[in-house]
Amino acid sequence: MAEEMRILMRNYGKIDPLNIDDYLNAGGYKSLEKARSMSQKDLIEEVRKSGLRGRGGAGFNTGMKWNFSYSAVADQKYVICNADEGEPGTYKDRLIMENDPQSVLEGMAICGYAIGSNQGYIYCRGEYPYVVEILNTAIQQAKEKGVLGDFNIEVRMGAGAYVCGEESALIESIEGHRGEPRFKPPFPPVIGLWGKPTIVNNVETFANIPVILEKGADWYAGIGSKSYPGTKLMTLTGDIVKRTFIEVPTDITIRQLIYDFGGGIPEGKKFKAVQIGGTSGGFIPETLLDTLIDFDSMAAIGATLGSGAVFVMDETRDIVDVTNRITKFFEHESCGKCSPCREGTKRMHEIVDKINNGLGSATDLDLLGRLGTVMSKACLCGLGQAAPSPVLTTLQHFRSEYSNKL
Amino acid sequence: MADYKEIVSKYKDIPGGLIEAYHALQKEYNYIPEEAIEVAAQVFGIPKAKAYGVASFYSYFKIGKRGQYIIRMCESAPCHVAGADQVLKTLESCLGIKAGETTADGKFTLELTECVGQCQATPVITINSKPYGDLYPEKISAILGECK
Ligand SMILES: Cc1cc2nc3c(=O)[nH]c(=O)nc-3n(C[C@H](O)[C@H](O)[C@H](O)COP(=O)(O)O)c2cc1C
Ligand code: SF4
Ligand code: FES
Repeated sequence: MAEEMRILMRNYGKIDPLNIDDYLNAGGYKSLEKARSMSQKDLIEEVRKSGLRGRGGAGFNTGMKWNFSYSAVADQKYVICNADEGEPGTYKDRLIMENDPQSVLEGMAICGYAIGSNQGYIYCRGEYPYVVEILNTAIQQAKEKGVLGDFNIEVRMGAGAYVCGEESALIESIEGHRGEPRFKPPFPPVIGLWGKPTIVNNVETFANIPVILEKGADWYAGIGSKSYPGTKLMTLTGDIVKRTFIEVPTDITIRQLIYDFGGGIPEGKKFKAVQIGGTSGGFIPETLLDTLIDFDSMAAIGATLGSGAVFVMDETRDIVDVTNRITKFFEHESCGKCSPCREGTKRMHEIVDKINNGLGSATDLDLLGRLGTVMSKACLCGLGQAAPSPVLTTLQHFRSEYSNKL
Repeated sequence: MADYKEIVSKYKDIPGGLIEAYHALQKEYNYIPEEAIEVAAQVFGIPKAKAYGVASFYSYFKIGKRGQYIIRMCESAPCHVAGADQVLKTLESCLGIKAGETTADGKFTLELTECVGQCQATPVITINSKPYGDLYPEKISAILGECK
């Protein structure tokens, strides 16, 4: 039986998340102290050297991102924690915030010192009001203890728009507008919230920071895959024996994930497909299960690590029906700002729905392929660019399921 | 009207406070009353169309009356394959309404939603944001019974 590696979740079940003393007794806020004893440059270099890459899906080197904001000259800078977690099948950020909220605050405060910001925001999805309460309690306790120094953190609530997880849409939303993505460049680290340099990092990214400083960049860089070091918190859903979360080093295979950690497929059924990274992730067939889960290995097979959601489907599942459900999601969540996505997600759902109802023809399959390719290139933000991925990968790996319905 | 103004005004000086104001309104009324949007436009000094445009952008906000208990059924793929359809059918028949409707006595509103982040326990519903997981049709009547 493969072993989990609990770095992020080291305090899981061991501390009372609503009592800051527990966190302090477990060594909490020592890393912030250490960070503040370093120069900003050295601190950023340490984070860069650890190899930590963003856990929100895009996989950008965190230290390098911080350096952009550090180098930007401005009278005010901001730190934003992206807790929008709207990717279906994902609940890892909720787990971190519910079980160890102080580790996120500490990570944010370290970032604040590194880039020269005294104001942080946590943008937490509206579906998590109970998490907002935990965060507010944690912030209150941290203020009373004085551990954050002059760094201030406020929680803002999202309101059920998946696109607001995209960093520039998130920024629009905090500013009180409709959450529509901005044209890039400029990128948020240079021109972000209220036009000021802004770091947006995922909850899991921030939660990694204190332990990296405590144990050192070299220690962290030595865990998991070389190109995407550390552990990843994954959530297992669908047809899998253990529907649970696990934290694993990034150098294990998809097969190990499903069979060693997840206990395999229930009721002795056979595996059919797995979709990793959430609803915009590619579908992966049996033949590719020996791929490593790290960012670059997944990208090489046309899939993603994304949010770390693992959605398993057994032999009885109807791939076209599931894909249809997914295309409906994107039609609903498209913000409508750009036409390739506004129109594309609508047509994509229409065509897949038609095929699913037995009314499609062979030309529809070609049309789907072409539409998907155009969208992945022409859409303004990651939502529209990634939306065709489930369709394109199922057409590639499970084409017969479509053909059987024509 | 006075009440709306009181609630909304608390967020007037917070940068980007409009969305926070809408959250506060929805917390109070379970929905955002139409007139409250006009009040918000006045308080924040923005055109009515803009205030409306922000409220209608976000699917968590509902403009116009809803029931006392908002039941939302997750229909994202993991809940979908775990049997969300059967749970939805049971909810619809127990309540005598379709998704998107409110019971005649104003007690329940039934809605569909995407993933609510409780996927360890698919299929999932939320009632006034509180999650109920690992559902199957036989569990529904007891859960509805808890809503007094
Ligand atoms: C449609 C869409 C939704 C996204 N949703 C999230 C999300 O819920 N949480 C998140 O951290 N990042 C999300 N992202 C990625 C963010 O834009 C951004 O890359 C990330 O927050 C950066 O943090 P990181 O470098 O720590 O990963 C989303 C991107 C897109 C295009
Ligand atoms: S790709 Fe879709 S979600 Fe992104 S800006 Fe265009 S319409 Fe909006
Ligand atoms: S998929 Fe239904 S709660 Fe996540």
